[in-house]
Amino acid sequence: MDINKKITDDLVANDISFVTTVPCKQLAGVIDEIDNCDEIYHIPSNKEDEGMGLCAGAFMGGKRPAIIMQNTAIGVTINTLATLIQYYRMPLPMLISYRGELREPVACQVEMAVHTKALLAQMNIPTYHFHHQKDVEELDMILKYTFMCNKPVAILTDANFWGGYGDQ
Amino acid sequence: MIRSEILKEIAPILRDQLVVCNIGIPSQELHAIDDQPTNFYMLGTMGLASSIGLGLALVQPKPVIAIDGDGSVLTNLGTLPTIANNTANNFILLIIDNGSYGSTGDQPTYAGQKTSLAAVATACGCDHVVECQAEDTGKVLQEALDSSEMTVIVCKCESGNAKNPVITMDPVVIRDRFMKAVQA
Ligand SMILES: [Mg+2]
Repeated sequence: MDINKKITDDLVANDISFVTTVPCKQLAGVIDEIDNCDEIYHIPSNKEDEGMGLCAGAFMGGKRPAIIMQNTAIGVTINTLATLIQYYRMPLPMLISYRGELREPVACQVEMAVHTKALLAQMNIPTYHFHHQKDVEELDMILKYTFMCNKPVAILTDANFWGGYGDQ
Repeated sequence: MIRSEILKEIAPILRDQLVVCNIGIPSQELHAIDDQPTNFYMLGTMGLASSIGLGLALVQPKPVIAIDGDGSVLTNLGTLPTIANNTANNFILLIIDNGSYGSTGDQPTYAGQKTSLAAVATACGCDHVVECQAEDTGKVLQEALDSSEMTVIVCKCESGNAKNPVITMDPVVIRDRFMKAVQA
């Protein structure tokens, strides 16, 4: 299964047409796939809180947005999640590269990994963790759930899900 | 002229447009001067008015004016390259540059010192950047609307705030009536 294509197809099937990204090595393939997808307007952002602002605007304009980012971004976006996305009750699927988990080669990534789930739990953000490739089968349901409840929802995708971090 | 005097003067132009208004006193002033369903008031999240405005402009055809401040643009400087590289000709970023963090006690910003936001916007690749004096804001804003070209306006004015109550409208109500106005 090509998970990059599966993820992109699920976004399109759920009418998501505006996607902002801040890159991560693990996300390179899916970002490429989205960039090449005609049904999605791909707008890279310079910082994840900026990206959430773009998504908020797109949502109010009538489009379904999504953000793709690394888990370190949770540290950047707590205020934006609380005072914009949650306060105005907006849906936002967050496909998150979960760095610092099993098969992670970079020690510093573990320092945010150990806070990631605790921060998301503290924010009452529904959180899913993809560890095996087959976990991607739930993505379609998670996207439907996100736009049903109008909340930010986190999908953590670790190195094992992506098939290892790659060559070092 | 201070920001509230500018807002009063341009209120007739803003009234018919989608407006995303910066956090704090700017939103309180606009709300007090001319509350409209076409106004989206930011109650928190400093810095993101320009990003919200750009996202909105990119996905639908109506003109969008993001009213931002110098301090807020400095907080989210990454917004200017994103604006420059994602052209939305229905988007106007109006930076009311009073050289101070107005909502927090008028502490000076770097935009009031050596940093030119108009030069920064130009360096970021924004094609239409206009710096104007407060008195000319209405004329420049109307020209930008008429031009149908994405425009960044840096309006230089004096620092100072009008006294207005905080906005007590529920955020979901602000968002809902704004979305209905977008679709109308
Ligand atoms: Mg200011």
